[in-house]
Amino acid sequence: MATTVARAGDAVSGARGRSAQRTRRHPSKTRWWVVLAFLSPFVIGLATFVLYPVAATLYYSLTNFQAGSYRPVRFVGLNNYRTLFTRSDNFWIAVRNTVWMVVVMVPLRTAWAMLTAWVITRVKRGRNVYRTLYFLPSMVPPVAAALSFIVLLNPVGPLNRLMGLVGIDGPGWFSDPAWSKPSLVLMALWAAGNTMVIFSAAMLDVPRELYEAADLDGAGAFRKFRSITLPAISPVIYFSLLTGMIYAFQYFTEAFVVSGSANVEASSNELLGYPARSLLFYSTELYQQGFSYFKTGYASAMAWLLFLAIFAATVVFIRVSRRFVHYAGGDR
Amino acid sequence: MTGRRSAPGHHRPPIGRRLLYQLAEHAPAVAVALCFLLPLTISVLTAFMTQHQAGTGSLWPSPWDFANFRRVFTAMPFGRDLLNTVLYAGLSTIGTIVSSVPVAYALARLRWRGREAFFLVVLAAMMLPAQVTSLPLYVFYSHIGWVGTLKPLIVPSFFGDAFSIFLLRQFFRTIPGELTEAARVDGAGELRILLRVMIPMTKPAIAAVGLFSFLYAWNDFYNPLLYTGNSQGGQTLAVALTQLAKSGHQNAYQLQMAASLMFLLPVLVLFFLAQKVFVEGIALTGVKG
Repeated sequence: MATTVARAGDAVSGARGRSAQRTRRHPSKTRWWVVLAFLSPFVIGLATFVLYPVAATLYYSLTNFQAGSYRPVRFVGLNNYRTLFTRSDNFWIAVRNTVWMVVVMVPLRTAWAMLTAWVITRVKRGRNVYRTLYFLPSMVPPVAAALSFIVLLNPVGPLNRLMGLVGIDGPGWFSDPAWSKPSLVLMALWAAGNTMVIFSAAMLDVPRELYEAADLDGAGAFRKFRSITLPAISPVIYFSLLTGMIYAFQYFTEAFVVSGSANVEASSNELLGYPARSLLFYSTELYQQGFSYFKTGYASAMAWLLFLAIFAATVVFIRVSRRFVHYAGGDR
Repeated sequence: MTGRRSAPGHHRPPIGRRLLYQLAEHAPAVAVALCFLLPLTISVLTAFMTQHQAGTGSLWPSPWDFANFRRVFTAMPFGRDLLNTVLYAGLSTIGTIVSSVPVAYALARLRWRGREAFFLVVLAAMMLPAQVTSLPLYVFYSHIGWVGTLKPLIVPSFFGDAFSIFLLRQFFRTIPGELTEAARVDGAGELRILLRVMIPMTKPAIAAVGLFSFLYAWNDFYNPLLYTGNSQGGQTLAVALTQLAKSGHQNAYQLQMAASLMFLLPVLVLFFLAQKVFVEGIALTGVKG
């Protein structure tokens, strides 16, 4: 740290020597063209890759536009939305599956990250080794993770073999509609190490004295967890649930890989969601409509609904959780 | 994370009981570690099996078949796809850093009207689901002939990335304002302050952002699937691996696992080289407001 400060000092004094003549300008406001120069690449990017596409998606969603087709584009009002709500069973299946993931996967993943972090804090020596091991799977690229789990959870595969050794008859995992989503949840738990790291940091930050004082007062383990640990980690729970929810709404890669590759019959895009559409999620259906069938207008309507759903869920979540989250620095 | 050992002068319990304590301390952690390690272990072992073994859920390769890694190169154009992946990850990382650092600096240190509002725009851009922008962008890229090339993956990163800007801004704000203010009073230009004061002091943070964006691109599946999924010039590995699983090598689990491991290896090497950067960077995404 000292060296960087010294180096910064050199730079400062060097600058002083060269610009001694220059008039001192008001320090509190930067000139507008300087600001613009710093911002300009991003402003261009924002306009091209964010603002324009968002507006264009809204426009497409009101037309029968099909990318790549020479058919003239016609304005169809809210027809795409009407079709989605009333005439597409795929849409509602995708919504149901996605909501299932939000409601089941996200809390379980948070709880698992919390539990594994707690297990780590109980260990006194070798804590860093465990932390590395728990964190490692979250580094595995989602595609590689999905392929690994396809092998592991093959109905005649290693895990069912292992379970057979102790007399348990394993399920069909990814090839059974009742087990396919829970199998994805298992995969999400396996990769929860990045959240675990945040939890363990928050838990280790809690001052030791608080627990000692509680011990003197005769508080039990549960009481200590509820009154000391839980308030300390509540910002992490909040963060994990919020980011997990936004992620689950867009859940795509693992579902796409698993339903496309786990089963020989499902090798074409037509069958995204295999088995029995139990893995048809909102984003996979959107991909299928927009980029396999090129029903661009229709898929754009789906995209806008997704956007609104995420926005609404985020606002509700922030509102509801406000009174449960405790920040050590007081109210913000 | 300081080692908390029992205070000196304590009675040491007899050896049998000490072992029992050790066991009680480590048993849950070891059990969880086994859960985390099982899938990776199975993948590694499968990569050394024969096709018959891999397809029938064997638990241990016998004999060990080391040729699977070589076979990957004939089963798919692994080298070409690796090059594409390296190009995507490498160039987009450079682009992200070069274009995001100045924006983060303007948000953290320059004073201008509308700064807070602009920061909200960055936050909003960060939260925006990719699905909302990908349909028009696909149309746009196919108009200018970019679909099937790596350009749609690389070029946008040179125009700033909201998540990286957000992270860098958080880091920049932790640098004492007196340092930049002193340089400014001495008449140094803002670019000079950024290059000579800010960047040298935040190198670890910039490294963390670089690592995150490299890994994002390396692991990215959605964008390469859209823009290079059917291209003749090859895919990135993330997409190519799933196509290996689908094309004539169905159920060739041993090849898929061998290819996956080769895809995974650079990530693991990066992780072990820069573990500290990772863990601190991740903690920063979550804890500091």
